[in-house]
Formats: sequence, structure tokens, C-alpha cells
Amino acid sequence: MSGSNSTSTSMKFAVRAWSNGRARAGILHLPCCPAPIETPSLLLSTRKGLPPFISPDLLPSLPSPDSHLLQVSPLHFLEGLSIKTISKIGGLHQLLALHDYGFVAFPRDSIQCLPEAKGSNKTGASFETPCGRLLIKPVEYMEMISSMRPELWATLADEVPAWVTEKRNKASVDRTIKWLDECIALSPAGGAVFGSIVGGSSSEERQRCAQEVARRNIAGYWIGGFGLGESMDERPALLNVVTEFLPEEKPRLISGLGLPEEILQGVAAGVDLFDSTYIYHLTLGGFALTFPLDRMEKNASNIASSDAGSDLRKISLRATIFRKDTTPIVEGCKCYTCQNHTRAYINHLLNVHEMLAQILLEIHNTHHFLGFFRSIREAIKEGRFEEFKKDFVQSRCDQLAVAASDLSLSEMSLV
Amino acid sequence: MALRFEVLGRFNRARAAQLTLPHFVCQTPLFMPVGTQGTIKGLTTSQLEEIGCQIILGNTYHLALRPTSELIDELGGLHKFMNWPRAMLTDSGGFQMVSLLHLADITEKGVTFQSPVDGKPMLLTPEESIQIQNRIGADIIMALDDVVRTTITGPRIEEAMYRTLRWIDRCIAAHKRPHEQNLFGIVQGGLDPKLRDICVRGLVDRNLPGYAIGGLAGGEDKDSFWRVVAQCTAALPEDKPRYVMGVGYPLDIVVCSALGADMYDCVYPTRTARFGTALVPEGVLKLKHRAMADDTRPIDPTCACMVCKNYTRAYIHSLVTKDAMGSQLLSYHNLYYMLQLSRNLHSSIVQGRFPQFVCDFLQKMFPKGDVPEWVCNAMEVAGIDISSCCAPVSSAQD
Ligand SMILES: [Zn+2]
Ligand SMILES: [Zn+2]
Repeated sequence: MSGSNSTSTSMKFAVRAWSNGRARAGILHLPCCPAPIETPSLLLSTRKGLPPFISPDLLPSLPSPDSHLLQVSPLHFLEGLSIKTISKIGGLHQLLALHDYGFVAFPRDSIQCLPEAKGSNKTGASFETPCGRLLIKPVEYMEMISSMRPELWATLADEVPAWVTEKRNKASVDRTIKWLDECIALSPAGGAVFGSIVGGSSSEERQRCAQEVARRNIAGYWIGGFGLGESMDERPALLNVVTEFLPEEKPRLISGLGLPEEILQGVAAGVDLFDSTYIYHLTLGGFALTFPLDRMEKNASNIASSDAGSDLRKISLRATIFRKDTTPIVEGCKCYTCQNHTRAYINHLLNVHEMLAQILLEIHNTHHFLGFFRSIREAIKEGRFEEFKKDFVQSRCDQLAVAASDLSLSEMSLV
Repeated sequence: MALRFEVLGRFNRARAAQLTLPHFVCQTPLFMPVGTQGTIKGLTTSQLEEIGCQIILGNTYHLALRPTSELIDELGGLHKFMNWPRAMLTDSGGFQMVSLLHLADITEKGVTFQSPVDGKPMLLTPEESIQIQNRIGADIIMALDDVVRTTITGPRIEEAMYRTLRWIDRCIAAHKRPHEQNLFGIVQGGLDPKLRDICVRGLVDRNLPGYAIGGLAGGEDKDSFWRVVAQCTAALPEDKPRYVMGVGYPLDIVVCSALGADMYDCVYPTRTARFGTALVPEGVLKLKHRAMADDTRPIDPTCACMVCKNYTRAYIHSLVTKDAMGSQLLSYHNLYYMLQLSRNLHSSIVQGRFPQFVCDFLQKMFPKGDVPEWVCNAMEVAGIDISSCCAPVSSAQD
């Protein structure tokens, strides 16, 4: 069942188990990684190839090989490094000195680099970036990919938000397919090409795009256009229409689904790889994930819900109740942070705006979120993913029912 | 006294020693990174251990404000609070008040200042400073001194020196943990050799575990600076550590070590890192500069640190002043550089090749031989022949 194709000589993928439904567990093999990576899996988000606060010498403290997929936005490097210099250094592996990590490249990082549909035209896609608004053409994008040499990369897409007109949405699908062919024609040897699929909130366009992309000889699929204003409720149908038309033996990567509930939606539809800005936003907000990882028990957390910002999922370490709390963030957690530091210390670091707070929180939150993915994989392998998902969402709803009736799960309202 | 100071090697006035403190056995000369608020900016404690950091400095003023010394005490001291197993030093808090707060005023009772929390007038007495430092629990604590800017002259300097001597007795009397914490006295007296002499003698009479040379690194000219250090080190006991406060730059540390000083602290390596500057044997390297954008060499090709082994100047250039990682990686390199400098000073003194080390150091920093005159003067007093790395006077003036 392992996927093979002409554009990629290195990546191998195989589905190993299905839960009841579309959720699937698989194996992604990259020669650079120390061991095959089990899917569903998280891509760690990076700034210029390194996690925002975890320095490279601390990266090995994260679970391995789970933490070995890094998402890179080629657009980040426009701020300070030329394509020529990156080539000269020898690509991302050399540049970042991370030789046993797999780099997954696509332009959108959902934090600093966002698609700007109004500025895109038939020649290229427009993005808001730290260097201002940029129009990126397929040929330019491929120059970046060629110099960076990631293991996996997605073709250039024209992503549009959920509210655009039917006409604009159609145009985005047409352009994305046209650019797909242009990118494939320009693609360098070595990296695995993931064909981009868009289509906004239209089932017909999603289907059209998925079918068209599925015809190409590529290593996998990148599903874009999510997390751009569609509602939580309409998403499962849109996801299903995409995965229905994709060959089962190739991996599917999605952008823009970051919250645990959103990850579960994607997994339920048969998505294998996820980028996520969740850890980043939690970390900047002073939050630490605390939900139990082995079984999603409903009353597992003993944190008072009156405590500002904390809930059953996470705690706000800025809260004064942690001032003298000498326990780790999560008792028994094996991460560097929990093995070495207390809630009281992190509370102090947050109070005095010290960068070590972000370093320690990003380490714990990454560790914990990788554990969430491990729980998902176990649930799939044991054939109880639907139950796992229901329990997880339910525990959240029980609590939100008290707090608010508004369940619009936009990222910022939860973070 | 809760320390042991054993001199392992000497070259004229310079000495390499083993300083045994309650939490760590240190090798001097040594540089102490400043961790103002219970953390060295951007580095974990395991990284600090990895790069060979032996003592870190905490600022009493900041820690007393947040999280408060009472809380640190309740949670078992600063070592435990920040999980730092090695040695630690706290300052008295006085200098921070005078330099950070506009309305600080010094009277015989202590330092009065306006609370940054509620604006109310507050008083830090020598007794309180020691009590706070006893709660924080560092291996070395500093006496509260009467701090005056070195650029000030006249009777105020004399007043401050005598007050520092009066306050040392109050500090000693207030010190509740002399068997776990070492109280260092601070030599004041501005740039006046007579006042410095009185102060040194007064402090030595008190038989303290160690001595600091204060009131420097405040903008005085370099020639005055090294002369004060040379005078104090000559008069301080041989068997006690000597700490030059607020110093400094790599060159200053080399000069002071040649003159017989042992310990240094400075925020410079980490602060300058945040602005994109790396410390290198040639001096400094400004990573923000455009020329770095396609420089594929490491920051310092001779440096063995994690950053230099792995990253190009070009990559660091793309990070500095934009991404947190830029200051994390540069701080790591800069502290490594300072700690490596400390190790090199120690081993070259122990191995009897200190003059060679000094010459090599100066040669890299001043490849044209234009070693500053104050350095030449200091080295003459230190008995280090640096003629091999100094250009003849005539060509140096070209
Ligand atoms: Zn943890
Ligand atoms: Zn280095």
C-alpha cells in the first residue's frame, strides 16, 4: 500500500489502520528522519525554519520522531536572506543544521504570512507578509523551493476566504490547477510534491478541484482554503467531499485547522498531516495545555473554572493562583519544562515579561500537543476514534455551556 | 565565612584560583552573567550549565519587587525557584535604585526612593538589604554601599566612602546566614587614591570573605579605571577573592585579571546580543549589517559553541532584531565567548603562559598593533611584556 510516484524518490507513505469511518493511521517515511513518523501527525510551526522559541539544542528534548516534521514558509526568508545565499549554503538542512528533520514547505503560515485574495491575480498569489504585501508567481515560488530543498512542498495556491463570490471561488480553483501544472513542470528533483486543493465553501468547487488534482502524478495533497471564515458546522461536509475524491494511498496535509476540535474534524475526514498555530497562540498568551492525554475524562482537571482564562484544556499561568504553586504544569509530564520548572516560576517569568516564559511554554505545549496526536493515533488503531472525538468535544461543551452560548470556535476566542 | 579560595597559579599579579562556594566549585578568573529577574534573558538553566557558567548574578532590587524576597524564601530560595544548581550572587539593590530611579536619595539611614509600585517613599537600609539577600539565598551577597557616580568629584565622594565603611558594620551585624552566604564588602572612594586606600584598609580590618571594587564602569576614563583596580588589588588580601563590579568588556577583563582581579559581571554580552552584536576575538561583529546577508561563515570560525558550529552569519542576520531566536542564539554565543575567555585566562595562568595569552588576545583585537595606551600602561604595572603585539610608536601614529 505504500505510495510511489515519479516526482518523489524519497518519501514513502502507507495507511496502516482505519477506525470506524474515514479516520486513518499511517506511516510517513522520510530518509532524513531517524524513524518513520506515524500519522495523523503535527507539523511544528517555525519562524525561518526554527520553532519561534525552542532553540535547536533544545529540540531533541521533544518526543522523537513525532517532533521531526517542521513546517517552513519560504516567504519568511524574504526578510533578510536571498535565494542565492540559501542555495550557496545548501538548502534548509544546512541552513538550519537540522539534518534529521523533515521540512514541509508552503507559503501560508497562518500567523505572519496569510493569503490576501484581493491582491491575487492570474499571474500569482498575493500574501500579507512581514515585508508587506507580496505577489508570488509560480516561477518565483519554485525558485524558492529549489534553493531550499524541503522534503515535502505544496504547489502554489490561490486561497480565498469563505465569503467570496462564486465567480471568484471558481477562478481560484482554475488558477490553483494551472499553477499546479506550472509548479510540477518547474519542480526540482528530490522533494515530494503535494498538489494544492482549494474550492472555498463550495462543495462543487471542492470536488472539481480534488478530482482534477487527483489526476496528477504527485506524492500527496495539500488542502488549503480552510480556517478562512467557514463555520465549524459546514466544515465536515467540505472536508469529506475533498478526501472522497483523493486516492487512499497518498498522504493528505491540511493548513489552517489548529484547535484540537478542528484537528479532530480533519482526522475524521481522513487527513494525515496538520499545521497548527495553536501552540504559538497559547504560548504567547501565557497558557499551558493541561488536558489528560490517556483518556479524555470529563472531570479530569481540578482547576477552578473561575480562574481567569483557564478551562479544562489549559491553564493561564499568569493567574495569581499559581504564584506559589510549586508543582509542574502537568504532574508526570516528561517535557523539559515540567521536569525542571514549577508553575510559580513560569508565573513569575510571565509577570516580569521574561523570554524564558515563552521558551518553557512552547516546549511544554508542543510536547503536550504531540501527545494529543499520539492519543488520536491510538484511538484510531483501537477502532474507537469516533468515541474519542465525541468525548473530547463533549468535555469542552460541558464547560462552555456554563460560560457562554456562543460556540463560534474562532481561534482567537478560544486562545 | 562560607567559601574557600585557593590560588592554583600566578603570573606576577595575575592569579588563577579555585573558589569553593556552597553551591559550586568555581575556577577564577570568572565572568558572571547577569540574570536580573531570576533568569538570564533567553537561555535555559541547562544551557547555562552547558556553556560552563559557574555563577549567575541576581538583582536584589528587581527580585524584591517581583516575585518578592518573601515569596522566594517561602519557596526555598532563588536556587530552587529558578532551578539553578550552581553558584549565585546578589547585589545589594542600592546601585539599581540610584541608577534606575530618579528620586533616590541617600541619607545615613539608607537609600530612600519612591516605590515604583505605588509612588510612596520607601527606605532601603543596610539591614534590610541584607535581610532581603538572606531570604534570596545567594552564595555571595553584597553589602549596601553609598553609590556615587565616578564622574562626580569633591566632598560627596569622601562622604560616600566613609558612609560605606559605617554601613558595612550594620551589614555584618544584620547578616543572619554567615555560614551559608558570603558577605562581600565594596571598596568605594571614587578616583581618589587616598580615599580608596582608607576604604580598603577599613574593609580588610573587618576580615570579610571577599571584596569588591565598586564605583567603576560608570564612564570614567580608562586610565583612571585601571589605576583604581591596580591600587585596590595590590592592597587587598592575597587569600580572598576580588570582584570588579559592572566590568565588562573582554578587554577590561583581561586587563583587570592581569592586575590581580578574579570576578566580573556585566549585562553587556546579553544586552548587546539583543541589538544584534556578537563578541568575537577581533572585537564585535554587527550582524545587522547588510554585508552579513550573504556571509556564509560562522559568527566566529574559532568558536566551538553550538551557534558557531551550526549557523552562518547570513542566517543570524535574517533573525537578529526581528525574531526572538536571533537574540537567543546571539546571547548563547556571547555568553559562551565570555566564559571561554574566563577559562582561557584561568588555564593560561595555571600553565604559565599568561603573557602569551594576553599577547595573542591583543593581537587579534588590535591587528595593526594600535593597542590603546591605557592597556600598555596597565600591562607595564602588571609586569606583562606586550611589546610583541604593539606597533612601534611612530607607525602607530600613522
Ligand atoms: Zn510538560
Ligand atoms: Zn560561538
